[in-house]
Amino acid sequence: MNVFDIIGPIMVGPSSSHTAGAVRIGKIARAVAGGQPAAVTIELYGSFAQTYKGHGTDKAIIAGLLGMAPDDERIKDSLELARELGMAFKFKKSHNKEVHPNTALISAVDQTGKKTIVQGSSVGGGRIVVNRINEINVKFNGEYYTLLVPHNDTPGMIAAVTNLLADQGINIAEMNVYRSHRGGEAMMVIETDQAVKGELVSLIEAVNKVKKAVLIKPIY
Amino acid sequence: MISYDSIQELVDKAKKKGKMISELVLEDQARQMEQPQEELFEQMRASLQVMADAAAKGLTAVSKSASGLSGGDANKMRQSVDAGRSLSGKVLSETLAKALAIAEVNACMGRIVAAPTAGSCGIIPAVLLTLQEENDLSEERVVMSLFTAAGLGMVIARKASISGAEGGCQAECGSAAAMAAAAAVELMGGSPQMCAHACAMALKSVLGLVCDPVAGLVEVPCVKRNASGAANALIAAEMALAGIESTIPVDEVIGAMKAIGDAMPKSLKETAEGGLADTPTAKKIARDILR
Repeated sequence: MNVFDIIGPIMVGPSSSHTAGAVRIGKIARAVAGGQPAAVTIELYGSFAQTYKGHGTDKAIIAGLLGMAPDDERIKDSLELARELGMAFKFKKSHNKEVHPNTALISAVDQTGKKTIVQGSSVGGGRIVVNRINEINVKFNGEYYTLLVPHNDTPGMIAAVTNLLADQGINIAEMNVYRSHRGGEAMMVIETDQAVKGELVSLIEAVNKVKKAVLIKPIY
Repeated sequence: MISYDSIQELVDKAKKKGKMISELVLEDQARQMEQPQEELFEQMRASLQVMADAAAKGLTAVSKSASGLSGGDANKMRQSVDAGRSLSGKVLSETLAKALAIAEVNACMGRIVAAPTAGSCGIIPAVLLTLQEENDLSEERVVMSLFTAAGLGMVIARKASISGAEGGCQAECGSAAAMAAAAAVELMGGSPQMCAHACAMALKSVLGLVCDPVAGLVEVPCVKRNASGAANALIAAEMALAGIESTIPVDEVIGAMKAIGDAMPKSLKETAEGGLADTPTAKKIARDILR
């Protein structure tokens, strides 16, 4: 904690959890989808579902999907902006006792029909936790440069990828590996202390069996 | 390095070094964040500018929030002050107007600085900006006083809470008032110990205050509690500057706030299930908004 966690952040109101945090969940979804989606369906849970209109949670998530930061004064006009920019959107109220009360599940489809799912929770003071990418349950908060590396669950994959990071002098702050089942779809979530460049992402993708990797820049 | 576990420790260190709390906090934070002091100062100055812009915007605004529950009251307050109809003196009336203004800008999705939260964002700027105007103080001194507010706020956040969901409104508007009171004392030339007494006295006045937002929105009663929080800060600062001391030391007051927050039922901690949120009018408002 530092002084700017107490006097700050600079943000658009009214609520750090329901507005600023919601922008950040949208922003992560944009990064994972690889840019502005053609259409999104957003399912809201718990308090998000109850109070989203009054808190502008809907506008905030759309603003994040359009690439805005939590202090962007255009957030309150984001729904109109999305229509102008050709991003279709739909909101649904959902129920699930298992998830955090401030949770949004974003299903995005791009021009080619490729679907991306991102679920995130706003956990207080504008901070978030991403807890699902597509079919895989994950956990990261967007504070660091974050690499999402989907791969097949076979020996040697983790070593190959981490060696590439080591070669570039990039220190791993935190790393977790998730999988749907043994030998099935898997994903490395790697958070790094140093900035990761686009070329490194290409090198990682060139590693045998590694599918499209995603780089998320820090969102705080 | 400072651990921010005790306000008295901050006061003692400041006294020992012959510095203001703000100087101590700025030095320490620059060291901890591994950045030059000038950069931290600049970042805080940018925050003060956002606060001033929000106040100016809210004082003349007539628009309503998305729910229709807030907006326009700061303008009424300002017009009343401008017309010379202040009941309690210009400083207090101007402070109330700014606190309402910034809280309304927040409710209307405008840009604010969470201080320490969005729901309590009007209190600290209203007090400091009004004192600046009324006493012709330099921007530099006001920026520095924000480091005092933040330093004390870090202790409150570590030892108790600054979240309504965890500790009720005492933790949000109460903490903001306590931080504003201490910053105001420093701004007006009081000693570090006086800052601590002001912080304690402001917090003591609102111990037990619950967080009961109507329909779960940061509007009713939040906007007006920003006004009362700012008034509370001025009262505590005025008493401290007169040499009045808090019988219970500030760190113990913070401990009491934590215990009260823990004992508070969940229905009174931002869930919109109790208190004002559970009144017939609030329930009708909630039904209308959800429709």
